[in-house]
Amino acid sequence: MKHWFQSGTPWIWLNAGAIAASLVMVFGLITMIAVNGLSFFWPSEVIEFEYQPAADSEPRGVMGEIARSETMTAQAAREAGFQVPEGQEIVVRHLIKRGNRDLDSRDFRWYLEDAMSERRTPRDAVVLERLQWGDFFGFIREYREDGETVAEGEAARTAFEQRIRETRDLVQQLERIERVEIGQVNHQMERVRLDRRGLERDTSLPEEQRAQRHQELDEEQAALDAEYAELESERNALREEVARYAIVLETADGQRTTLALSQIVNAWWPNDMSTAAKLRHYVGSFRDFMTGYPREANTEGGILPAIFGTVLMVILMSIVVTPFGVLAAIYLREYAKQGPLVRIIRISVNNLAGVPSIVFGVFGLGFFVYLVGGNIDQLFFQDALPSPTFGSPAIIWASLTLALLTLPVVIVSTEEGLTRIGSSVRHGSLSLGATKAETLWRLIVPLSAPAMMTGLILAVARAAGEVAPLMLVGVVKLAPNLPVDGTFPYLHLDRAFMHLGYHIYDVGFKSPNVEAGRPLVYATALILVLLIVVLNLTAISIRNHLREKYRAESD
Amino acid sequence: MSDTRTHAVNLPQEQAPRDLNIDREDICLTAEDLKLYYGDDQALKGIDIRIPKNRITAFIGPSGCGKSTFLRCFNRMNDLIDVARIEGTIRLDGEDIYGANVDVPELRRRVGMVFQKPNPFPKSIYENVAYGLRLQGVKNRRRLDDVVEKSLRRAALWDEVKDRLHENAFGLSGGQQQRLVIARAIAIDPEVLLLDEPCSALDPLATLKIEELMIELKKDYTLVIVTHNMQQAARVSDYTAFMYMGELIEYADTDTLFTSPANKQTEDYITGRFG
Repeated sequence: MKHWFQSGTPWIWLNAGAIAASLVMVFGLITMIAVNGLSFFWPSEVIEFEYQPAADSEPRGVMGEIARSETMTAQAAREAGFQVPEGQEIVVRHLIKRGNRDLDSRDFRWYLEDAMSERRTPRDAVVLERLQWGDFFGFIREYREDGETVAEGEAARTAFEQRIRETRDLVQQLERIERVEIGQVNHQMERVRLDRRGLERDTSLPEEQRAQRHQELDEEQAALDAEYAELESERNALREEVARYAIVLETADGQRTTLALSQIVNAWWPNDMSTAAKLRHYVGSFRDFMTGYPREANTEGGILPAIFGTVLMVILMSIVVTPFGVLAAIYLREYAKQGPLVRIIRISVNNLAGVPSIVFGVFGLGFFVYLVGGNIDQLFFQDALPSPTFGSPAIIWASLTLALLTLPVVIVSTEEGLTRIGSSVRHGSLSLGATKAETLWRLIVPLSAPAMMTGLILAVARAAGEVAPLMLVGVVKLAPNLPVDGTFPYLHLDRAFMHLGYHIYDVGFKSPNVEAGRPLVYATALILVLLIVVLNLTAISIRNHLREKYRAESD
Repeated sequence: MSDTRTHAVNLPQEQAPRDLNIDREDICLTAEDLKLYYGDDQALKGIDIRIPKNRITAFIGPSGCGKSTFLRCFNRMNDLIDVARIEGTIRLDGEDIYGANVDVPELRRRVGMVFQKPNPFPKSIYENVAYGLRLQGVKNRRRLDDVVEKSLRRAALWDEVKDRLHENAFGLSGGQQQRLVIARAIAIDPEVLLLDEPCSALDPLATLKIEELMIELKKDYTLVIVTHNMQQAARVSDYTAFMYMGELIEYADTDTLFTSPANKQTEDYITGRFG
């Protein structure tokens, strides 16, 4: 035994065990997120059954997907409000996603296995993803054009399938007009309005010029009004066109409802799909999730604005933090006289990394948003006051706050990199007649570039996952516009933005419909993890490229 | 002390078989009463020396005698050490290099240096040699190519590396690296080349090559070498200075110093009785 301890074997086991535990945790986490997140898009089977909660109650038809099942004691079930016959110890209950939020109050509901009739999987059961009220589960009974029933039963489905794609195209056209074109006209109108206000405040202009300017603005306004009217009529025409088509639906419990085709995002018959069709549906809905805008308080639709916001913020942060941190580190390591003062600065920098991130958020709000942003508004955007331009939470302030937050990481790793370049290389350069500055910029800085990249990688990893400070300085639940668009100046740093981390928090914990949001939380978390991995891999590959270029003895 | 030194340098003609006499040489570098302090410690205690042009001068002496410190005074590398303080003068072609208006980088261009451990930059072989020229703002590709080839040829390295000029310099062997460093130093055409124990990290064969190279190079440059290896000093140098405890004990042409040292300490050292 003593010999075994002396041999060092226990150490090896201990170390290997630690690694194994870490790996299990990492893979467990990723697997859980991936399984929960990715299974959401798979078109699972829709079941139909009659439910009779008590012997004397009327059976009701129920249709939906099984979200999850659990086994519980009869006692607990009774406390939860189920009627369980005496003598039964264990009950099984299923959580059914039944959709139809517009017809029934709750779209997720628990059902006792024992009170359910035999389950059926009707082939004509349809699932409709709607713009409002979430999913619909039921059957298509009639297809209508201009309020007239054109087809019924099987034929209705065929007619519907033919029409739906066309309607989707029209709806997308409509959305483009509303979101982009009318938005641009509005943007220009706002500019004209601000110009007019600026003109009114500017008393230095002679009366003549003022009148002329006013007239110009009037003309511009008139042109814009005309353009707006034209777009509006185009929009109305499209609206009328898409409003022509509708379907009549029937739910499992016999309620009938009419739904306009323009309200339908996606439709599928899960019990009537081959595996290939299911796969196609899966890929399609995953793509919609990645590229769509959120709907229904973020519990439906896609997360494109959140992905976009996260990536843009990380990029902006990197652009700010890298030069800043690198220059600070170079001064600290290369120029500053090493002494107590530098040591104190270094300790402070390290401690900055330990400050809770929400504190940075408070600082960002007070300093960047109110002080800097407020003053920018006073100086440059006075016409728009009192509504703030830069004086409100925005992506630029979020990026700057995170840059501050990640600055210590970059400084510390850059310093480390600079220290690692020994004096022999420096002396070699100096002995060839280089000044200190030349040695730094031609030799030392390029050689320590991999270390700087390491700092940046750590900064990116930290920044992409940070949520708390962002809630104060720029992230919102729903941003109507992306921070980048087609109107000048294209990159709108003054806009609030959406962020994946905050999206997870919002959907998971602040959403009115927690059950509906749950799979989205996992899916969004998965995307966030993947995004960080992608950002890191990019940075790592750049670093490896640099390392290869400046391969030194020590590497 | 001063007497010994004067005596040693002004050796009678017949005692110098190679017919060397420092008084007849062109003098490149001189040190006059050079004192160097590291804080309160005095490392060099008033050294006077004349180093002749186009000759190899070797500094020998036991470890810690101040020979490397002294060598670094000639291109002011000691300036990098905060606590180092220098008194006295060093002249390069008559100009005081510690004078008020001296451009130190310019001085270092004129007085190149090769260090004990090969210190190529982690760049390609080509970029290593071209570094000094690029510093001077040379961008002309052909000129760079020419100088790189010429320097590598002079450093007897061209044939070994001509096919892999753009590979990383760390792929070379230690001896090749040291010759690369010499090529890098001579690429900017200095007047003096200081070599600080250039062969101590090399194997005998690589050492031999460097020694041959030094003898070749003295046609164009003034070489000053610090060495621990007395055979090396005897083989390559024309003049040798023996230093001990921060003082120049004896300075004479190499044959004289090694065959009939005027000083007892010198004799003890070269015969291996201490050091």
